[in-house]
Amino acid sequence: MKHSKMLLIFGYFGFLGASFLWGFEPGVKIGRNFILFSIEMLKILPCAFVLIGLFEVWVKKETVEKHLGAEAGIRGYLWSFVLAGTTVGGLYVAFPVAYSLYRKGARLGVIFSYIAAAAICRIPMTIFEASFLGAKFSIIRLLVSLPLVIVSSILLGGFLEKKQYRLTEGK
Amino acid sequence: MYYMYIATGIGVIISFLVSREKTLKALRIAYKRLVKILPAFLTMLILVSIVLFLIPEELISTYLGGNNRYAGVLIGAVLGSAVLMPGFIAYPLCGILLQKGVAYMVLSAFSTTLMMVGVLTYPVEKAYLGTKVTVIRNLISFGIALVVALATGLFFGEVF
Repeated sequence: MKHSKMLLIFGYFGFLGASFLWGFEPGVKIGRNFILFSIEMLKILPCAFVLIGLFEVWVKKETVEKHLGAEAGIRGYLWSFVLAGTTVGGLYVAFPVAYSLYRKGARLGVIFSYIAAAAICRIPMTIFEASFLGAKFSIIRLLVSLPLVIVSSILLGGFLEKKQYRLTEGK
Repeated sequence: MYYMYIATGIGVIISFLVSREKTLKALRIAYKRLVKILPAFLTMLILVSIVLFLIPEELISTYLGGNNRYAGVLIGAVLGSAVLMPGFIAYPLCGILLQKGVAYMVLSAFSTTLMMVGVLTYPVEKAYLGTKVTVIRNLISFGIALVVALATGLFFGEVF
């Protein structure tokens, strides 16, 4: 990590510490937000990464290539929806999973449709949504967004593949 | 949430019974990957904590509850992109707003961008997809969310 960034992070926590000590309201609120969201993520991330580890070790590259790679065609996109439906968490879990799939041979377009679908059609989330906004609302959202997701993912994936774009972790 | 713990637990146990070595390797991979991305998550959490302080729920309710639906869609889309909320907070909030008379299309713009567009997840997304692709993906998602919101308005008879 860069020094300037380290300094900012230290500054941030110093500010939070001082705020809690002297009861500075905005600082305390920010601190509470930080704790709330950290817990939320710590509940999910270790599990998600263990599953990613198991996936990396047990699932063969050929299997991923066959179902999510270039040869899979449109089926790859449908598979990405199935995978996304069972993803837990949100975008921040979808990114490492997508990266792992990519390394195993999934094509870029499929990765993008997986990420988008993991954002909007996770099954537990959709049920929860429907319970507050009604099934009609959720169904319209899914029916309109999923075709757009497929088309835009194919276009973006194709464009990047033509430019020989490669994903690299941690830049 | 719990089914994820159970699935992970069962997965690790079965994996361990089949091959001790591979399981340990999997756990090592999990650990290494997680540690590598943690700084990006820390940046994201810091951003989230500050933005949520600046844009609290009450402010979102006020802005989404305006009279003009079309302005509401745009404001909803911008707010949804700018903040990050877990579903268990976001959907009950949408439910309350709906009862207050906020249009479906506004809630659609807000909730869809909330899920698909991530300004605050940028540090994490960038680490995996690269800066350029991250920006393009978010712009596309923003566009999709607007189309979804308009379609929602059409189906609920709110557009005209």
